[in-house]
Amino acid sequence: MKTLRTAVALGLWTAGLVAAQAPKYGVGRAVSAAEIGNYGIMVGADGKGLPEGSGTAVEGKAVYAAKCGNCHGAKGEGGIGTALVGGKGTLATAKPLKTVGSYWPYATTVWDYVHRAMPFDRAGTLKYDEVYSVVAYVLFLNGIVEEKQVMNASTLPKVRMPNRDGFVPDPRPDVGRMGKARE
Amino acid sequence: MKRTNRRRVLQLGAGLGSGLLGKAEEGRAPGRPLSGYGERSKYVKPVRTMRQTKTPQAGSSATPLADMYGIITPSALHYERHHAGVPDIDPERHTLLIHGLVERPLLLTMEDIRRLPSVSRIHFLECGGNSGGEWQEKTGPDAQRSYGLASCSEWTGVPLRLALREAGVKPEAKWMIAEGADACRMQRSVPLTQDLDDALLAYGQNGEPLRPEQGFPLRLLTPGWEGNVQVKWLRRLFFTAAPHYTRDETSRYSDLMPDGKARIFTLMQEAKSLVTFPSGGRRLAGAGWYEITGLAWTGRGRITRVEVTLDGGNSWQDARLDEPVLRKAFTRFRLPWRWDGKDAVIASRATDESGYVQPMREQLIAVRGRNSGSHFNGVKMWRVQADGSVTNEDA
Ligand code: HEC
Repeated sequence: MKTLRTAVALGLWTAGLVAAQAPKYGVGRAVSAAEIGNYGIMVGADGKGLPEGSGTAVEGKAVYAAKCGNCHGAKGEGGIGTALVGGKGTLATAKPLKTVGSYWPYATTVWDYVHRAMPFDRAGTLKYDEVYSVVAYVLFLNGIVEEKQVMNASTLPKVRMPNRDGFVPDPRPDVGRMGKARE
Repeated sequence: MKRTNRRRVLQLGAGLGSGLLGKAEEGRAPGRPLSGYGERSKYVKPVRTMRQTKTPQAGSSATPLADMYGIITPSALHYERHHAGVPDIDPERHTLLIHGLVERPLLLTMEDIRRLPSVSRIHFLECGGNSGGEWQEKTGPDAQRSYGLASCSEWTGVPLRLALREAGVKPEAKWMIAEGADACRMQRSVPLTQDLDDALLAYGQNGEPLRPEQGFPLRLLTPGWEGNVQVKWLRRLFFTAAPHYTRDETSRYSDLMPDGKARIFTLMQEAKSLVTFPSGGRRLAGAGWYEITGLAWTGRGRITRVEVTLDGGNSWQDARLDEPVLRKAFTRFRLPWRWDGKDAVIASRATDESGYVQPMREQLIAVRGRNSGSHFNGVKMWRVQADGSVTNEDA
């Protein structure tokens, strides 16, 4: 992914914060690593923060059937929930189908999202192994990984998603004239 | 006089009698007693509209913009956009964690946050997906269903930078991941740019604590940016060197272009305006004087000009802007109009202080295609027909 145009301005604002580094009001309290842990993990696109655990599509198939298929369709074709499979090659057509397989730039994002937000009606109940497995299965259904390929904190970030280079920075204003405010 | 008209006149007469005079023998009974929390008049009916889906916790409801006066949206009519329902949060137990690339990881209670110096400011809030249907062949039929995922409130909160100074953000930090306490633990990556100067940790809305639908007890407010990044039910700010490319900034709220590439982190809401009267679904009683009015707003600061066309964009005239014109807030515009009873195609076009002029819908589609989904800010045309009915232009 190209460097974002916004990156030009990034950091300027934090520089201001650093200049005024000393806490002024002293409100709030220090937190321990354990307390931070209770807030739940944070997962970066590069895989930073991914926990221990692993799984393959073989195990993921069962997790999916039990906990996802009722909403996303037996094969990820969609239902109550969005389609998770298909759409490859449709992004530049009149009827694009945006799915994990056709659109998402990072496999780590799938892990992070399923871990935080799915199953929709019981979010936060999946164990780490279940998340690795079911993500492996969704990637497998999309033809992105092999059925027995082990997904864990070191392999998942290396999975190259088909649309990895499909995102570009915000070029606006791209339409509409920049005139004088008043003639 | 036709019979129906006559009956109406008689009823009206009876109504007047009871309202103003009462039956002489009964006198006038007093009205309702005092009440703890006010309700609007039972005669006032506008509500948020929503599409029925199988998962109503993941959806949106739209503000009835054409029924609003001035620039403040009543909290009960502020648009909603949720991805996992509205959580029920006890403010006594709610905390905000600030960690990652900071000197001092910090936990703040709501009481802590309310001790910090605060400000109240009026800002619009607009869903990045507002007017998404306008990219399609058939445009929205009325103001609410085509532009209603935008509202404006007075927000109260702590300037983000004051709270962050307490934690000491490290120079390596370039992004802030904001997380909500809703079921999906909504996460968005927020670039640390100058635009955050007016960002708030907001806990107040229109004089009250935030409404649950707007993030009670705490939300991030980054004025002028799309709604989704202004994370509601805010529970955590995590500082990093790189964005996380979360689901809601990749799969959603990204703009797919005709070449198959998608724009990401299109956060700012560009200048936009809408005539709310006359607008789709309304009916003019007959030729004569009316006030054309509507709303304009821009993520780039202040609105400096709103022009109105009565002939589908061939000619434009300036509307009057209500003072004061506020930064990143709804701006109300007005133009007296004498309708000659003939077909008219009415629209407004906003210019902001950066000099940016709101584009025509066709211009947007010509560059961005029809599958962008989000960030539509084109001119919206209403057709007034000789019988007084008003529709979207292509109806
Ligand atoms: C009760 C129905 C339901 C169940 C069960 C469910 N989901 Fe979902 N899922 C949804 C809904 C609804 C959404 C869209 C949420 C939104 O609008 O933000 C969604 C969104 C998703 C997305 C994002 C799709 C996109 O393109 O943005 C993924 C990935 C996903 N679900 C995976 C799963 C997995 C894996 C499971 C099983 C562990 C699962 N879901 C179980 C209803 C469900």
